[in-house]
Amino acid sequence: MVSSDDSKKLDKSLLFDDSATNDILNDFIDSVLKSTPPQTRAAAGGFNNTVIIGIKEGGVPLADLIKKGIKNHFEIDCELGYVDMTLYRDDPFAVKKPIKSTELPFDIENKDIILVDDVISSGRTVRAAIDEIFDFGRPKSIKLAVLIDKGGRELPVCPDFVGKKIESGKDETIHVDILSKEKHVDKIIKK
Amino acid sequence: MSFDKKDLISINDLTKSDIYYFIETAEEFKKISLKDIKKVPTLRGKTIVNLFYEPSTRTRSSFEIAQKRLSADSLNITISQSSVTKGESLKDTILNLESMKPDAFIVRHHESGASYFISKITKASTINAGDGMNEHPTQCLLDIMTIMEEKRNIGSLKVAIIGDIYHSRVARSDIYGLSKLGAEIYLYGPYSLLPRLKDFKDRRNVKIACSMEEAVKNADVIIMLRIQKERASYYFIPSIEEYRNFFKLTPGLLSLASKDVMVLHPGPVNRDDEIAGSIINENKTRILKQVENGVAVRMACLYILLGVKKQ
Repeated sequence: MVSSDDSKKLDKSLLFDDSATNDILNDFIDSVLKSTPPQTRAAAGGFNNTVIIGIKEGGVPLADLIKKGIKNHFEIDCELGYVDMTLYRDDPFAVKKPIKSTELPFDIENKDIILVDDVISSGRTVRAAIDEIFDFGRPKSIKLAVLIDKGGRELPVCPDFVGKKIESGKDETIHVDILSKEKHVDKIIKK
Repeated sequence: MSFDKKDLISINDLTKSDIYYFIETAEEFKKISLKDIKKVPTLRGKTIVNLFYEPSTRTRSSFEIAQKRLSADSLNITISQSSVTKGESLKDTILNLESMKPDAFIVRHHESGASYFISKITKASTINAGDGMNEHPTQCLLDIMTIMEEKRNIGSLKVAIIGDIYHSRVARSDIYGLSKLGAEIYLYGPYSLLPRLKDFKDRRNVKIACSMEEAVKNADVIIMLRIQKERASYYFIPSIEEYRNFFKLTPGLLSLASKDVMVLHPGPVNRDDEIAGSIINENKTRILKQVENGVAVRMACLYILLGVKKQ
């Protein structure tokens, strides 16, 4: 999210430390797991048709965690894929990033998709990701799960599961790191 | 990694890391061609003019497919049905087309330097799709891509380039590109069709072989070239029959090469002139792989070059 050459001009402040991030993360996964009605949950029917898709790069570890959660609770091995929506952006050249691979090595036709990302703001990334998913088939439904909702929506996109809602300005970037030993969420302000 | 030139005229315009960047991007684009819906919206609204002054099957169709898969609008100018036949100059043709606000020109021309000339008089990106005897950079990129998919490290390879090297823009681009990546290059062909080595004097890893056997022996990659009738190559050799006797790649010669040798040919192939038909029939070449990679490489070129302009 932040390129190395302009990191000097950035002001970074810690938003959530390790334990706070862990709490948000656990609540987030819980809310996804509880999303099916109790009676179907007992029979584990709720996730039988579910496919989890993480948006690269931030959504990848979260998608992995949700898959693990479903496996632990319901013993269902959901298919897991990743999308890189660089080629589907509405501003493909404004943010010039190297293209990464979309990995959807399974059929998504008629599946219930849980689309996962770390931070949502304008909603444009999600729009692009949904566009890309539709090029692979026609899913039955798509639900959106994001860890941090920083507000500032520019499109009518509303996540179904949110870990934490925060107030944040346009020039502030939220950086989520759940892969390091000390998980943390930072707020980065461009000066 | 970024690339900030608007044109791709010569493979020498690219640094070593640029070349790898183009190839990596192409590998990603290759996956689009394997999807059910072979199209992404990336170049929506871009207009690309394909200007082919010379016949072409592979280059032209792969550029066109690349444009369609990236959702660009393409315009094909058929020179024989254009005002060029009424005597319009290249410069006027370009300036008039430029008024229609294209974002890129894909140019193949029989004159060396034509693409460079065009790139200087237009704001649109210009991609050289082969200019005379000069260069064919996208072919070089797709050759490198095809080799890298099997050999990983180009640096330690022996590459033999055999045939009408003097007239071949593919050979020239391949020599520049592959020697930049560190390959050991052996050139061989009729003496009258070999380049002057001084053209490559700053490249120590380019050598001229003394015989077919020397060129092919232990080669990891063999690139065969066609005799270019349209560039009067027949005046440079006594006869095509003699050429076949001395410069055709035969199964016997091929057995001298390294065990997992890759035989490449930029096409079109004149079977049994420069390469024995049996080698192609037995699937010992990577010609079709090259064509497949050609689409991906051209998608990558369009994506990278047209991205620059917007900035």
